[in-house]
Amino acid sequence: MHLLEVKNLTVSFDTSVGVFNAVKGIDIHVDAREVLAIVGESGSGKSVAMLAVMGLLPPTATVSADKMTFDGKDLLAMSAADRRKIIGKDVAMIFQEPMTSLNPCFTVGFQIEEVLRFHLGMDKAKRRARAVELLDQVGIPNPAERLKSYPHQMSGGQNQRVMIAMAIACNPKLLIADEPTTALDVTIQKQILDLLVRLQAEHGMGLIMITHNIGVVAETADRVVVQYKGRKMEEAGVLELFTAPKSSYTRALLAALPDNATGDRLPTITGTNFEEAV
Amino acid sequence: MATVLEAKNLVRDYHIGGTLFGGGRTVHAVKGVSFKLEQGKTLAIVGESGSGKSTLARILTLIDRQTDGELLIDGETIDIKKTGVTAAMRRKVQIVFQNPYGSLNPRQKIGNVLMEPLLLNTDMPAAERRERALDMLVKVGLQPEHFNRYPHMFSGGQRQRIAIARAIILKPSLLVLDEPVSALDLSVQAQILNLLADLQDEFGLTYVFISHDLSVVKYIADEVMVMYLGEAVEQGTRDKLFSNPEHPYTRSLFAATPRADVESIKARLAKKAALASA
Repeated sequence: MHLLEVKNLTVSFDTSVGVFNAVKGIDIHVDAREVLAIVGESGSGKSVAMLAVMGLLPPTATVSADKMTFDGKDLLAMSAADRRKIIGKDVAMIFQEPMTSLNPCFTVGFQIEEVLRFHLGMDKAKRRARAVELLDQVGIPNPAERLKSYPHQMSGGQNQRVMIAMAIACNPKLLIADEPTTALDVTIQKQILDLLVRLQAEHGMGLIMITHNIGVVAETADRVVVQYKGRKMEEAGVLELFTAPKSSYTRALLAALPDNATGDRLPTITGTNFEEAV
Repeated sequence: MATVLEAKNLVRDYHIGGTLFGGGRTVHAVKGVSFKLEQGKTLAIVGESGSGKSTLARILTLIDRQTDGELLIDGETIDIKKTGVTAAMRRKVQIVFQNPYGSLNPRQKIGNVLMEPLLLNTDMPAAERRERALDMLVKVGLQPEHFNRYPHMFSGGQRQRIAIARAIILKPSLLVLDEPVSALDLSVQAQILNLLADLQDEFGLTYVFISHDLSVVKYIADEVMVMYLGEAVEQGTRDKLFSNPEHPYTRSLFAATPRADVESIKARLAKKAALASA
């Protein structure tokens, strides 16, 4: 049994100019202790697919799937209230912009403790102790002091660490990271990626890494799903994807990397009709 | 080849806070940077946020004045503290910013975006301005019919093409590109990098290319300067810097850059397997 299994997921949005299909029938699964990377450019539906799993899409979105199970539980049949008990506890998510995902009006300590209070019902002293422990785990120096800081008093990298601390607060079974390092410098990106992979290994979590950065995929993933315009173009082990990409889209994507430049100009991705290789 | 740009010991300090009676502090954003750049070449400036690379860009493009040091463009000393910025200076230096969504006025038609620099900095007649703008649209890979459209009708990559067209319509000797592809998808990034290379060949443009993405730098640069905390810690030709980085900061930057080659992936997977079985 997979930790998360989604079959034939479609997501569409009602807009003023008609229905827009963001995700067009995608199968995704991830196991415990596995790092799955979902790669795609903007508009490929990679974030929307995961937001649908989390149940975080706005009311204008219509989500349908043949199957959506997490840890053996059917997410589709579940009431919204039951789902809330899983989301944030057993499945947690980290977003791209740490500065905007944290509430500027509250200290980071308050925001971490809120998770512990809501999901685990810990008392005040326990919450405090756990929050210090979490900040320590994500590598923030002097954690007891830092709990009193507001997001604007910390750097982008530190705020992302706080987001990660909140996400792992309840020892989730699955962590979904949506472009966790896109807003950060390369040196900080390296630290955050190392941290995520270390925590994933230590806690035996499943980790879904949503990214458009091929380098991030190469550095973290076990298995990769390539998405383009709401469809899955390819699914492969990370080594297989880089050595023998099956889909023409994946090949075009890899060729467009400046690292792989051979001639005077970079090959560009032309056309929009790529065959799927699933 | 003629030297287009020369910086001699450029310094920029900012005074922050304080009251009528003193206090406050001074931030040394750029601490004495010197370099020379020949016509038709590309200098890449690399560094993380806070390294002073954008402050330097502001000085080079005459948006901001240096606190100390000398700036020569086309062999002429330029000191905007004394002379202000003249139309002749503006024609020499132009800039393209990172975010094409923020750098275009949403209420200005593309044609006017392109004609405005000509209107302000030259005494070209209206018909000729229009003709030049239409020419430029085609040069950067857009269509003449885009002339009367608004920025929101374009994709991110197309908007960056417009920003580039606006910058080169004055036929500047120096073009400063401040993270021009950081906000773009991989496939669009490849297109814009190719466009920049084409334009450089055609007009003999000189580029100062600011970036934190080393794979892009390696692809586009002739010379590289690494900045850290306001200082140029290392500078040299691309080949020298990439084959033999000397400064510890440059090395840490290389170490932090995600590697997408098959050997690194194999090494990472082997390490992971060894850890799992241990």
